[in-house]
Amino acid sequence: MRLKLLGAGGGRLGSLAGLGRGGAGALALPGCLLYTRTGAAPHLSHDTLREVRGVPGVAHIALPALAEIHDVLEEYKEGAAKFMGMPDAVIYCSLHDPVTPCPSGYNTNKTVSLWGSSGRMEVTASKFMDIQRAIQPDWFQCICDGDTISGEAGRKRAKKSVDRSLSFLDICLQLQEKSPELQGSVMFGAIEGGDVLEERLRSARETAKRPVGGFLLDGFQGSAMAKETKLKLIASVTAELPEDKPRIIHGVGKPDEVLECIERGVDIFESFFPFQVTERGCALVFSYNCHPDPEATVLTQNGIQDLEKNGVREDQEEVSKADPEMTPFEISLKDKKYHDDFGPVLEGCSCYCCQRHTRAYVHHLLVTNELLAGVLLMMHNLQHYFGFFGAVRDALRDSKLEQLKELVFRQALQRH
Amino acid sequence: MAAPAAGPVPPVPVLRIVAECGRSRARAGELRLPHGSVPCPVFMPVGTRGTAKGLTAAQLAALGCRICLGNTFHLGTRPVSGTGGLRGALGLTLSRPCPELPNPGGDRSCRGFPAGFRRSPRRYRGVTGGSRSVPGLGGPQIWGGAMTQRDVPGFAIGGLSGGEAKAQFWRTVKLSTEQLPRDKPRYLMGVGYATDLVVCVALGCDMFDCVFPTRTARFGSALVPWGSLQLKNQQFAKDFRPIDADCGCPTCQRYSRAYLHALLRSNTAALHLLTLHNIAYQMKLMGSIRDSIVQQRFPEFVREFMDTMYGGRGGPPAWAREALESVGITLA
Repeated sequence: MRLKLLGAGGGRLGSLAGLGRGGAGALALPGCLLYTRTGAAPHLSHDTLREVRGVPGVAHIALPALAEIHDVLEEYKEGAAKFMGMPDAVIYCSLHDPVTPCPSGYNTNKTVSLWGSSGRMEVTASKFMDIQRAIQPDWFQCICDGDTISGEAGRKRAKKSVDRSLSFLDICLQLQEKSPELQGSVMFGAIEGGDVLEERLRSARETAKRPVGGFLLDGFQGSAMAKETKLKLIASVTAELPEDKPRIIHGVGKPDEVLECIERGVDIFESFFPFQVTERGCALVFSYNCHPDPEATVLTQNGIQDLEKNGVREDQEEVSKADPEMTPFEISLKDKKYHDDFGPVLEGCSCYCCQRHTRAYVHHLLVTNELLAGVLLMMHNLQHYFGFFGAVRDALRDSKLEQLKELVFRQALQRH
Repeated sequence: MAAPAAGPVPPVPVLRIVAECGRSRARAGELRLPHGSVPCPVFMPVGTRGTAKGLTAAQLAALGCRICLGNTFHLGTRPVSGTGGLRGALGLTLSRPCPELPNPGGDRSCRGFPAGFRRSPRRYRGVTGGSRSVPGLGGPQIWGGAMTQRDVPGFAIGGLSGGEAKAQFWRTVKLSTEQLPRDKPRYLMGVGYATDLVVCVALGCDMFDCVFPTRTARFGSALVPWGSLQLKNQQFAKDFRPIDADCGCPTCQRYSRAYLHALLRSNTAALHLLTLHNIAYQMKLMGSIRDSIVQQRFPEFVREFMDTMYGGRGGPPAWAREALESVGITLA
């Protein structure tokens, strides 16, 4: 794995190359991973995923689903990628699923609890490595203790998260050396420390001393941590890390937050956010086109107008029905007002859904609980999200990050 | 996509017969529809708006599906879309329900029907009309009788997919096809189990629709020539073979039973993969049926089919045997 930086201001523009078994995989930076559930993008079969433009070169799969079929993978012997029908894919295996809540209080000095469809699985470092040997991932997050996000974690708990994670890391590095199946796999060390600056710095410095291939900023999920604290910690952590190794962050998905993290030295994000938007029957329509092309300006305005309309309620009853998780970057297609809206989900979007179908149709599918709603929305939301990251890279290259930030942050302030 | 034209039905013959089985009443042909032709016998997956549940129009077309059953009620709310092949479905006009509904025992359309049919309202969904309930109508009916004299492009045989005894089922289908003109397509509504399809083709039906293959996929069941695989069952957890090694569908090309078993737990993509496979299975079955008729070896095909399906299970069901026997096909 080789990281190349192009040295643009405001963010680490560059690429990772030489990924995967054949060494042909690549990932543009800053970028995101393809969120999968047991190896498939949610709702999408292989051919429908192929219709989505801009799919990133690394797929993200969470450990719990694979841990539950550990015995199957062991018998299969040829690794999870091949088992999941994606033999040529580059796979990153994270410890937890970003969408599944992780109840607090279950980790110990020797074990971490994973949460899957069949409940809780308690895993030691050694068991963790057994499972990874059966998975044979290209990248994987080292087992760590990130249980500091509930907001009740004090200094002592933050310190424990760092101590335990370093101890796990050292055990796993040793075990990796002895595992032929994992010689080609890159281990990412997790930076912990809760919301305590000292602990975060200690974790970053200590982890950086180990021969890990990359770093994972953990414990920033959820909303318990105050925004300024979060941003300050992220910046402090990345400052301690070597330039030539990639930095992934977990649990950050909204476009405004993504931009803030990119400015503070983060390279790679997940794409669970478009999945969550899909699950609540919503579509991403925020604009990220900040180029002063007159035609594009019209499209930008349309997107923004849609978001502004979110705030205008003709019917007061609708207010209570809006999903509380909904962000200012999306529209809720379940809303009655779309039942005769025959425009595409997002004007100017070239995705499969917007080229062939209308808001009214997607609304109808949602209202009748048709499976196709999830398929079409996922295709649109993924393509839009990947397009956003493309726009970020373009903005960095053209020194227009400030304009992009201004555009996105303005939309982040819309009420719904 | 233009809305179906209102007004009188065009007199162009829809069905062109290409081959007929020398023994049974099976025929192979072509349905000539406004947007293209569709080979028959044909199975039409059921889907609103040219999609079969989670599949896109593009996926259906790629499986060789040239026609599927939609409901025009929904079509009225949506403008242009869809691929060329599927628009054919919307151009198809079938017989409308006779305004003077045949009453049981009275009208000549009911003459000759075996006694003892259940009298229950039957819901019938035709391509042109949206849903219609027919209260008071006794059991299986052909929407014909008086209709056979009418200049309609084809006939729909309905009321036979409600779980009535198979012995009555096949007799009614045969009676219906006997009464209907040879040169017009016979569309048997709501029939989709593989065995039923084979038998009803032998009895002279040309078109079928059914929710079964797509619905059963959404329950985790994959159709195979020897029955079906309930992929949620633990027995498939470590079965690294594809659903059917001889199936060329995208699902069988790429995924194993074991993977589908695991995927079913966490991702609706599994349902779509199974739907893809089940529709491919139906398309392949109908293709094989049609080819065998064209090649004048349909009875042989039927015997092979029954052997594969029931060989290990003590032979085909009695009703199927009798039905095939009645049109000159003897099973071993």
